[in-house]
Amino acid sequence: MSEKQKAGIVAYGVYIPRLRITVEEIARVWEKDGKHVSAGLGLKEKAVGASDEDSATIAVEASRRAIEDFGITAQKIGAIYVGSESHPYAVKPTATIVSDALQAGPEVMAADLEFACKAGTAGVQMCLGLVKSKMIEYGLSIGADTAQGKPGDALEFTAASGGAAIIIGDKENEIIATIDHTCSYTTDTPDFWRRQHAEYPEHGGRFTGEPAYFRHVIGATKLMFKQTNTKAEDYDYVVFHQPNGKFPVQAANMLGIEFKKIEQGLITPYIGNTYSGSSMIGLCSVLDVVKPGQRILVTSYGSGAGSDSFSLTVTENAGKRKADVPVREMVNEKSYIDYALYVKHRGKINRG
Amino acid sequence: MSDGLALNWRRIPERYAMKGNHCTNCKQDYFPSRMICPNCRRKGHLVSKDMPRIGKIVSYTKVMVGPSGFENEGNYYLALIDLGSGAKVLSQIVDSDEQDIHIGASVKKMFRKIGEVEEKGAITYGYKFKVVKPLTEDQVEALKEKNKK
Repeated sequence: MSEKQKAGIVAYGVYIPRLRITVEEIARVWEKDGKHVSAGLGLKEKAVGASDEDSATIAVEASRRAIEDFGITAQKIGAIYVGSESHPYAVKPTATIVSDALQAGPEVMAADLEFACKAGTAGVQMCLGLVKSKMIEYGLSIGADTAQGKPGDALEFTAASGGAAIIIGDKENEIIATIDHTCSYTTDTPDFWRRQHAEYPEHGGRFTGEPAYFRHVIGATKLMFKQTNTKAEDYDYVVFHQPNGKFPVQAANMLGIEFKKIEQGLITPYIGNTYSGSSMIGLCSVLDVVKPGQRILVTSYGSGAGSDSFSLTVTENAGKRKADVPVREMVNEKSYIDYALYVKHRGKINRG
Repeated sequence: MSDGLALNWRRIPERYAMKGNHCTNCKQDYFPSRMICPNCRRKGHLVSKDMPRIGKIVSYTKVMVGPSGFENEGNYYLALIDLGSGAKVLSQIVDSDEQDIHIGASVKKMFRKIGEVEEKGAITYGYKFKVVKPLTEDQVEALKEKNKK
């Protein structure tokens, strides 16, 4: 990538729905040992979108925060990409809903992306290319999901709702963190999928670990080290995709990264796996606290399978440009529901 | 094709961005938009204006039996919200604790689904409000600065 033309994150926003259900409550219904499941997954509760929330409303709220908190003129956004595996429509874009809600259009490129949990970071790469080539002034990429787990399935404990919006730009006085390099690691690995007309996704159980998550996350991160001639010690913060509270910690261990470097970006233990939002929310949480000169490494993961890795350097603007409410504070605004209300809100009750 | 497709589509600016209008003569805001300013009549001059995201509850009620389309919502709150400069809007209150909903409470516009008549039909989106902590003076100043830009 050209070193001359700098571009990076100029604004970010996160939206996490208010409702929460605990792992113990889900385990109670399926007669499993809640404490055991909770410890095994490394998370206690997950965020649940209310019945009037979907990936589009989450995408809009996250984007509004990015625009309002960082003073971005919506009309200057040249591209909007929404990454999700739970787009409200099978056919009809979510990006157009976001565009009209932000009043960014009609002169805007827009499309929906799908790559399981990494569709949002794929959008960041696309926006980066468009901004660096001067085709657009700002690019908005969103990762938002209202992830669905089949009732009784292991995924039900973690599949959560939430999202993050990242705006890419190239103005020196606006960039919070420059994206110095990005690379991807992609193979055909069927570890998780949802066929047409299927209500819930299927997954390969243990197959989602070693040959899927770890191979790609480690593969992309090592590729990043090689291409940028860096090593784990060069980074102050590291964010990995977090399908549960355990996998990212194990990945960090395998790469020799200390836990304290991933802690700030580890949000899944509080809100569950927000799929496309997961690694992006983690990155936003890191951006809440970074100081100029610090370096961030982000590696997402999407089943199917692939990982996008990003190497970022925090600029002098970091202290001046921050979100109004930090992610770590946002996760505390919550209200608990039981399993019955959970299935009602998520539309899992078949009323004939 | 769902009923009211064109009608819902036409309302998108009103529902997504709360686009109303403003009379430059008497400085009054209108939401929804008016064709003429009822105060100034022919002397009025209306321009398009997005309503602010923050408002205050003027009055509220708890709906115990929802009308058609709201049967599944259980008990919910409806509030009359003052958006400043004369405009008021009646809207559903979401994501708020019961004890926080009171006259004078600050509320913020949220983007939510407002209708999903049938499984195969088009989804309609719009505004609902949630109770937020009132803005501090510093935040009001910061907001003004941002709006200037």
